[in-house]
Amino acid sequence: MKNKQTRREFIKIVSVSGGGLILATYIPFNNLFAKAGDDPKIFSPSVYLKIDSNGVVTVIVHRSEMGQGVKTALPMLIAEELEVDWEKIVIEQADADSKYGSQSTGGSTSVRRNWEPLRVAGATAREMLILAAANKWNVDKSDCFAENGFVINKKSNQKFSYGELVEDASKLPVPQNVKLKEPKDFKLIGKRIHRVDTPDKIYGKAKFGIDIVIPGMSYAALSRCPSFGGRVKSFNSDKAKKLSGVIDVVQVSNGVAVISDSTWNAFNGRDALEIEWDYGPYANVSTEDIRNEMLKHIKEEGSEFENRGNIHQSIPNEKFIEAIYEVPFMAHAPMEPMNCVAKYENGKIELWAPTQNPQNVKSEVAKALGLNENDVTVHVTLIGGGFGRRLVSDFAVEAAEISKACGRAVKLTWTRKEDMKFGYYRPPSMHVLKGSVSADGKPLKFYHHIIAPSIRQMRFDKNLTAEKSEIKEGTVDLEYQIPNLKITGTLIPTHVPISWWRAVYNSQNPFAVESFIDELAYAAGKDPYEFRKQMLPQDSRLLNVMNIAVEKSGWNNRLPKGKGRGLAISYGYESYCAQVAEVSVIINKLKVEKFTVVIDCGVVVNPDIVEAQMEGAIAFALSAAMKGEITIKNGGVEQNNFDDFEILTYDEMPIVDVHIVQNNFKVGGVGEVGIAACAPALCNAIFAATGKRIRRLPVKI
Amino acid sequence: MTKFNLLINNKNYSVEVEPDTPLLWVLRDKLGLTGTKYSCGEGICGACTVHINGNAERSCIVSVKDTEGSSITTIEGLAENPEHPIFKTWIEFEVSQCGYCQPGQIMTLAAMLNKNSSKQEIEREMSTVLCRCGTYHRIRKAVDKLVEEK
Repeated sequence: MKNKQTRREFIKIVSVSGGGLILATYIPFNNLFAKAGDDPKIFSPSVYLKIDSNGVVTVIVHRSEMGQGVKTALPMLIAEELEVDWEKIVIEQADADSKYGSQSTGGSTSVRRNWEPLRVAGATAREMLILAAANKWNVDKSDCFAENGFVINKKSNQKFSYGELVEDASKLPVPQNVKLKEPKDFKLIGKRIHRVDTPDKIYGKAKFGIDIVIPGMSYAALSRCPSFGGRVKSFNSDKAKKLSGVIDVVQVSNGVAVISDSTWNAFNGRDALEIEWDYGPYANVSTEDIRNEMLKHIKEEGSEFENRGNIHQSIPNEKFIEAIYEVPFMAHAPMEPMNCVAKYENGKIELWAPTQNPQNVKSEVAKALGLNENDVTVHVTLIGGGFGRRLVSDFAVEAAEISKACGRAVKLTWTRKEDMKFGYYRPPSMHVLKGSVSADGKPLKFYHHIIAPSIRQMRFDKNLTAEKSEIKEGTVDLEYQIPNLKITGTLIPTHVPISWWRAVYNSQNPFAVESFIDELAYAAGKDPYEFRKQMLPQDSRLLNVMNIAVEKSGWNNRLPKGKGRGLAISYGYESYCAQVAEVSVIINKLKVEKFTVVIDCGVVVNPDIVEAQMEGAIAFALSAAMKGEITIKNGGVEQNNFDDFEILTYDEMPIVDVHIVQNNFKVGGVGEVGIAACAPALCNAIFAATGKRIRRLPVKI
Repeated sequence: MTKFNLLINNKNYSVEVEPDTPLLWVLRDKLGLTGTKYSCGEGICGACTVHINGNAERSCIVSVKDTEGSSITTIEGLAENPEHPIFKTWIEFEVSQCGYCQPGQIMTLAAMLNKNSSKQEIEREMSTVLCRCGTYHRIRKAVDKLVEEK
């Protein structure tokens, strides 16, 4: 959307070596790169594809695999255009390197930002191989075509393998404006291609960060101050050093680390440290203090995000309602706790990190250790759950500092308790909603005041103002045609580290908005579907997904007493989603029976992965809506493990019925799309079943 | 430090560790069997599940000293037969997302299937193995098929 991209900007041969054809693809970082033919000096070349003279095709995946399927989906884009045997492709994980463009695996961007560049990379290679073959046969290239790793001469039926053509192809000029396939000709895109990494994962062979072992490696555990903002005052390591396996004790920025001969001995050594903490300026802060800070602002109007009509005018016979919604801090709690292997030696460092943000690890480690970025090598491992947590590089910096301080290669492993207590949390928020409907059931006014901490303000830009902040995400792009509408925001500070969490503000704002729309529908005496429908334009993709969800879920079929259905819709990441939840509430026991999920994400690369992401999003969002909550006491997190920060279990998982809209619109995001509508659909269903409106998460019946 | 002789995946191993070291860390750090995963460390999540004498046990809360003389099977042992119906069904339904909890899911289910556990027993046991990616929907599909085929 930001970057008007033309194909020729992306492709350039960067090097030809050893009989291999290496194609580079450029990804623009910003709007500066506007015209074709500009010197691409602000971009770095990026190698995504290698074909060697043996015909081995290697695709390099520059985004991180955390279960969302990029290791399968991104190579599919290249292979589609390259015309190679999918089964024979070798897939490599890229190290951190600016030559790849952004490697930050967040914001549901991997497929939509690489959809064109990776197909162009494949198509350009294919065209060069075809031309090389045509030249060998001395025929026109239109007499040749590529298929399954070969170029075939239509007239003579002769063929060359790609490997045989590599050397000639690499001497050719790079064609521009190569023709990409029409969707009707796709062989891979749109197919249920099996994930390339499933077998190793289920056989226990796959290497996550926590599984990495390098020669001479020791094991480290770190003791951190229980309250955020605190620091070590003094410590005594005598007891720890006497324990089995303990090799060394070192102090680093975040606390005191014990180096040992195994993870278990490192944990025990860490527990034996005697540390006197300076608990810092926030040592008395609790959740209630943060909540009271938000409550202070609920009577204010807030800084303006969007304003149309006049919400303050008086309209005869309008029916007015208001409500306050709120959501708590939330932890990511991926199954694989934070960890990192680091080896500092002679002024250079090498890291093996389960990171969603390898380039950030590189720069943060360089900064922390006072190194040049060129002296920091970051290998990216498989990730045992990311959800945004691993966009922050704190765990890698810790490992780097420990390795440098003790002069050894170390694997730092966090315990589950540490993972709960020392995260970067989804911020809490409070939402003031006001609205009115006419006597004949039409919406008249809608006001939404969001009160929340801004991740950008807290972490990157202290001067950021509310109206320029991201807390509006999921509120201002509403398609609802409401004549008088105002959306405002107020930023509140927090000492609790906050960061992106699968969908972030899109996991918060839509809960308030879509729940309140439901309240307005009931106030108007209208069916929640009919109420929404009258507010959406006829050609709306959002209306389309809602119509399908209503049809597939049997929205209009009656349910017995104690059961209810709830509807919610959302737009985000260039994709559209509608969800219908079906719940039963019997003797105050909530059971989520079923979710019908309809997604329109434009062109679909791998429908099986899209469905898996929708199913997973429902589980993740239900965990947040029904169970988990991070609370603060004495400046730190109260929760310890999965017994006091519960997540959804197998028996609680509803049936998830996913429907994907088939079209050829621009490819949209997927990973976070299923989150937004889940909590409001659930709570609207609870209201339908019980008449009780849930306005604060997690749900308490 | 004490020396322990362990029988894992039908192979004999000898390790020297503190007697109360959890089996999990012996497998992972001493024997390089990293398919068994650490997640909660308190027997809550099931990611570290192995078989001890055929029973699904959480290796993060089993001390190594209590496993001498037992027959231990890890995910690597089960995967010596990649044609095992669980693996085939897991691939067929593409159950795995990040994959981190899957060895624990599979080891828990394998023990239940070996014992011909009832559907209710399987439901109860599988509900104690956590997955943050939310693969439960597909685990259920796989379980239903495997139970039916048995």
